Amino acid sequence: MKLSGHRKQSLWFAFILHRISGLVLALFLPLHFWVLSLALRDPAALDGFLSWTDFWYVKLAEYGLVFLLSVHFFGGLRLMALEWLPWSPAQKTYAASALAAGFALATSFFLSATIYG
Amino acid sequence: MISARLYILQRATALIMAPLVIGHIAVMIYAVQNGLSAAEILSRTQGSFFWAAFYGLFALAVAIHAAIGLRAILHEWAGLKGALLTAICWGIALGLGGLGLQAVYSVTG
Amino acid sequence: MPDSLPAKEQLLDVHIWRGSGEEGSYQTFQVPLQESQTILDVVSYIQQYIDTGLSYRFACRVGMCGSCAMMVNGVPRWTCRTHVKKITDGMRPADGLTISPLRNLPVIKDLVVDMDLFFDKWVRAEAVHHPTRTARDAIQPVEEETAERQAANAAIECINCAVCYAACDVVASNPDYLGPAALNRAWSLVNDVRDGGREAILQAVSGTGGCHNCHSQQSCQKYCPNELNPTASIAGLKRESAKYAMRSLLSLAGSGKKGEKA
Repeated sequence: MKLSGHRKQSLWFAFILHRISGLVLALFLPLHFWVLSLALRDPAALDGFLSWTDFWYVKLAEYGLVFLLSVHFFGGLRLMALEWLPWSPAQKTYAASALAAGFALATSFFLSATIYG
Repeated sequence: MISARLYILQRATALIMAPLVIGHIAVMIYAVQNGLSAAEILSRTQGSFFWAAFYGLFALAVAIHAAIGLRAILHEWAGLKGALLTAICWGIALGLGGLGLQAVYSVTG
Repeated sequence: MPDSLPAKEQLLDVHIWRGSGEEGSYQTFQVPLQESQTILDVVSYIQQYIDTGLSYRFACRVGMCGSCAMMVNGVPRWTCRTHVKKITDGMRPADGLTISPLRNLPVIKDLVVDMDLFFDKWVRAEAVHHPTRTARDAIQPVEEETAERQAANAAIECINCAVCYAACDVVASNPDYLGPAALNRAWSLVNDVRDGGREAILQAVSGTGGCHNCHSQQSCQKYCPNELNPTASIAGLKRESAKYAMRSLLSLAGSGKKGEKA
């Protein structure tokens, strides 16, 4: 998909990342809730699902999901700061920092799930 | 497609969820060590008023927040509008809220 | 063709949108490259020497009126203030230059768009002055140093060129959205001590096409040739209209409002 010229700027990428992360999380949530509700109805099935998390590619997917949540969270803070605090000219810096913080948080989860586990 | 009222609700639920998200990620980082099992998770959450309140609030807030966020996407990217858009968003809010509270009850009840 | 062309010249491929409404296609022309040349020079060259049927707008050609705004390689710009070298540096020669009419507005013909909806939204946003005094009254003093006046001054230089409107993806995907220019002007009036329509403005920007649809992509701010910041203005509107809405919800509307009731 060719990206139109006017979209080739970093704050537009911050927007699209925030939107896509929110969308994917919203689509993931029903699945997440359904699996957790197995705790009452069918605990053995829940354990079955949880055992999948031993596989490295599932851990990678979890890494992705936690990344999306983290980046959506930090991005959301960035947006509320933009809207409710006095305007700062450092918008690109904030966007980059939100992305970096999201990546750092998700990576600490991934390390916890792999090396330290 | 987002009026002042929906905007306020969106930002309010975001603020409510900010500490809950941090708490959730912290819990995940702790819990994921040495693998996951139902027994392990439930031993922490079952019968816990705190976790019921924590995740109950989280489920309600995210249902509202996600529905409003999806409202913008459905309008801007799928062209939905009017009564149909409103009905779908209410459906999302109630559906997510219902599934969420059911999950919270399953894990803390 | 002009008499004074050098014998050996570099030619630039220029793809220009031709057509009306939804229909049309790109037509390619070859334009001699000059040392110091703007996009407007290129379009004018084509219309004057190759195809007199090409329609386009310009007026001052010195970056003051905003009439020459067009999409250049997908970016909305004032063509009289955009040097060809700035665009072609770092470009692949085979790609050529692409010039199309401003995005998000109906095309009348070729590079000319219908600005009506842009101005209609201006009015819909109540971004018009609401007078409080007559010629017989004393002039309202305006204190330059207040935070409100600084905010109004920061937003006031808009000349309605529609570059920000063309750059905005929310304008593209939400037909009701009032757009960055109208909302920026609304913000400057909310902060203007002479304007008596604060409540009317806040209500006008609180609906389904209002300021709360802005997703802070900040393309408006990035591409505004006057270096204005509609995103910041819209953020201000979000704050004030949210506070106003909350006060109304709590039945406290009427406290803290400026100016006369609209």
